[in-house]
Amino acid sequence: MAVVETRDLTKVFKEGQLGAVNHVNLETREGEFLVFLGPSGSGKTTLLRMIAGLETPTSGEILIGGQVVNDLSPRERRIAMVFQSYALYPHLSVYKNIAFPLKAQNVKKELHKERVEWAASLLGIAALLDRKPRELSGGERQRVALARAIVREPAVFLLDEPLSNLDAKLRASAREELERFHRRVGTTTIYVTHDQVEAMAMGDRVMVLNKGVVRQLGTPTDVYDNPADTFVATFLGSPPMNLAELGDLIVGFRPEHFQPAPTITDPAVPFRFKVENIEYLGSEWIVSGTLVGGKLEGKKVFSRLSSAQNLQLGGMYDFAVPQSHLKFFDRSSEKRVEPRAVSWQ
Amino acid sequence: MAKGISQRFWGKLVHLLVLATFTILLAFPFYWMLITSFKQNLDLYTMENNPFLFNAKPTLDHVKFLFTETRFVRWLGNTAFVGVVVVAITLLLAVPAAYSLARLSGRWGERLGIGIFLTYLVPPTLLFIPLSRVVAYLGLQDSLWALILVYPTFTVPFSIWLLMSFFKSIPKELEDAAMVDGLTRFGAFVKLMIPISVSGILTVVIFTFTLVTQEFVYALTFISSESNQMIGTGIPIFLVRGDVYYWGALMAACLIASLPIAFMYNLFLDRFIAGFTVGAVK
Amino acid sequence: MAVVQSKIRSISAAQSPLLGATMFSPAILYILLLVGGPFFLAIFYAFSDARIGNAEMHFVGLENFRSILQSPSFRIAIRNSFIFTIGSQIVVIVGSSILAISLEKPFRGRGLIRFLILLPWVAPIALGAIGWKWILDSIYSVITWVLVAVHIYKPFSAPMWLGEPRLAIASVLLVHSWRLMPFSTVILLAGRTAIPKDIPEAAAVDGAGFWRTELQIVIPMMWSIISVAVLFGLIFTFTDMTVVYILTAGGPFDSTQTLPSLAFALGIQGSDLAAGAAISLFLVPLLVIIAYFMLRVAHRAEVN
Repeated sequence: MAVVETRDLTKVFKEGQLGAVNHVNLETREGEFLVFLGPSGSGKTTLLRMIAGLETPTSGEILIGGQVVNDLSPRERRIAMVFQSYALYPHLSVYKNIAFPLKAQNVKKELHKERVEWAASLLGIAALLDRKPRELSGGERQRVALARAIVREPAVFLLDEPLSNLDAKLRASAREELERFHRRVGTTTIYVTHDQVEAMAMGDRVMVLNKGVVRQLGTPTDVYDNPADTFVATFLGSPPMNLAELGDLIVGFRPEHFQPAPTITDPAVPFRFKVENIEYLGSEWIVSGTLVGGKLEGKKVFSRLSSAQNLQLGGMYDFAVPQSHLKFFDRSSEKRVEPRAVSWQ
Repeated sequence: MAKGISQRFWGKLVHLLVLATFTILLAFPFYWMLITSFKQNLDLYTMENNPFLFNAKPTLDHVKFLFTETRFVRWLGNTAFVGVVVVAITLLLAVPAAYSLARLSGRWGERLGIGIFLTYLVPPTLLFIPLSRVVAYLGLQDSLWALILVYPTFTVPFSIWLLMSFFKSIPKELEDAAMVDGLTRFGAFVKLMIPISVSGILTVVIFTFTLVTQEFVYALTFISSESNQMIGTGIPIFLVRGDVYYWGALMAACLIASLPIAFMYNLFLDRFIAGFTVGAVK
Repeated sequence: MAVVQSKIRSISAAQSPLLGATMFSPAILYILLLVGGPFFLAIFYAFSDARIGNAEMHFVGLENFRSILQSPSFRIAIRNSFIFTIGSQIVVIVGSSILAISLEKPFRGRGLIRFLILLPWVAPIALGAIGWKWILDSIYSVITWVLVAVHIYKPFSAPMWLGEPRLAIASVLLVHSWRLMPFSTVILLAGRTAIPKDIPEAAAVDGAGFWRTELQIVIPMMWSIISVAVLFGLIFTFTDMTVVYILTAGGPFDSTQTLPSLAFALGIQGSDLAAGAAISLFLVPLLVIIAYFMLRVAHRAEVN
């Protein structure tokens, strides 16, 4: 188990252009589950690959367990990686797939069986040891990939979007399995995803990246309730936070905080809301429409409601946002600022 | 991947050496053809001279000789003629066959497809003996039409195979949509599939043409007179006068005949490979 | 929607079998007539006394086979066919594997190198062979010149590359390997690039070095492709008569004859069609074996 650190890490693929990863500083905590979250092209996978040793940094340092590893091969870094496609060796049985790292590290043959069986039972795939990868389902393949990763007892786990190839239904249970796996094994894990639901559910901490730059690093609560800038604010949460320009500020409030006025007891900012679309999702309603009157006239906003029976398409209603849930961002820097008094009319 | 700097340097050096060695070994004969074509005879046939240098001025004599005093141009024309006609025949036979085997298949289609591919494995050096008799019987000996008759035996099977995998990669929904729009299946084939398949058909054209130019056994067996030769046979047989090899002209001829084919083949290389690997590479 | 779907089904069902048969029967017919027919004719001639220019033909049973099996040049021809085929294949497998690894990652000038490397395969085989004939010429060979220049041989005492039996065999082997190398390289290269990039990366992360990754992961994954390259290579070399015909015409003293070149020499040049046919039939067993393995490779590819 070790701490992964990067210092001013940068990767530039094409000279003169913005790097894929720009001056990233991070330090994991021992045993934590850290998520790199960001859209495609944000550099999260490149960052992971540099930590793994599959890409050479343009500048900056990578440290694992306090040791600078820039010049070490992946093998020497004592990391294990699970690829998006799982990268199982198709011509080898599950047993041989899991045993391969042991073979490659010249572990004595007598010890292989014991370790493979330990890893396989940890992931519940002991019955599949004789099968070939093509005979396995997506979820089973993920477990084989994990078994192959754990069998060497690495210092750090690196996972590159391992759930993105699974069916939506399977994803939830696979996600839960990963969480349980991490609690059992406790190895420092870095997990890359573009899915903010996964990030929120699984991460001890989430590092939000965009265009190769770290936007925020914090717990799920931090990034969701106290976003550092408008990018983080809109990237997390679905539908995203409602944002509107007001003078030299950008004001934001989440759809679940935009409720019919009668239901709010705390001090709140009132809005007149014209309903234009209602979606019933079973567990909740997503209602979208435009604000009427005041400085935010015509602004499209979303609301999440547990019940919308009384709302009609085209109807106008009194909605409100509790003051405590309003977020303020500086318009030019897009960074979060302290709440201020503003006039809404 | 992260490696020591000196390791990377040695790796690059070895890489360079390997590439250089192979490239030289493989391309050298053509380089040699190039030099020989432009060397004067007294330079070529003086043993003391360093063959890697031009010890006398380069000359166009051999090229001139080739074009004016031999039937080289005629052979080029023969080859082009046979090539064009064989391409036409191949397309006429292979395109519909490949389409029907790819689409209207089921088990029979698979079996026939494999059977056709297997005929590609029957070599000219087995069939040339009986075919020489057939050609004589048809009165086609020493005629280019003998070659036109026989060449599709190796161009058609491979073309069918190539086109089959090509057609299979076009989604069936396209034709279904066309038929909903009112076309018959044959109409869908002509008006929809063929235009989409232009690149596959072009591959077949190029490939067939290169096969025609490379063929040797049938051309040697069926054609005897000098003026009817193909490029692959005329050069070795008739550019030797008695026992005297006109090496300068010979090399020039080889080069001129080889390079255009090389260019064309190079452009379509990926498709040829797809054809050869019979789906072993998906 | 249901109406549309049943309409399509009825169109397909009604037209398919007849249309399909019409579309592929010209090709099938042609192949049957001009490949199947002559194939059986070859068998027929092998048991006859057919000659060029002679319309008559009689059945002679196993006479042809008896005489060729006794002839020393036939035995040399069979031996050479195997030497050239298997020998060149071994050289090519090793060479093209190395070359394919070198060409895998992009680098500046790769396109040009690829073009140059392809030349032996794409040039008409007779012309490439003539080029080699000049390079191996008994007097003016550039190889001889270089060897004399570095004093390995005295002038006029260098060996005759195509004139001495052992050297002639080596030369033919060389030219066959030279011709086959690009074909094999290009196919192996396609096989390598078809391997998903994260598999060698996973092997690297797992701790495998270069050789282990190659031998235990990459090559086993390429097994079908390698088989295809080898099987085609065997066919091309085994059934080829051009290289021998151009380089040595089977000489010196029949020492470089192969089955196809001998068949040509006796059948066409010697006008003895029956003998030629009989000799060429000896190609069939190996072709059948190769065809069998091809089918297995194709079948396994389907299954996967």
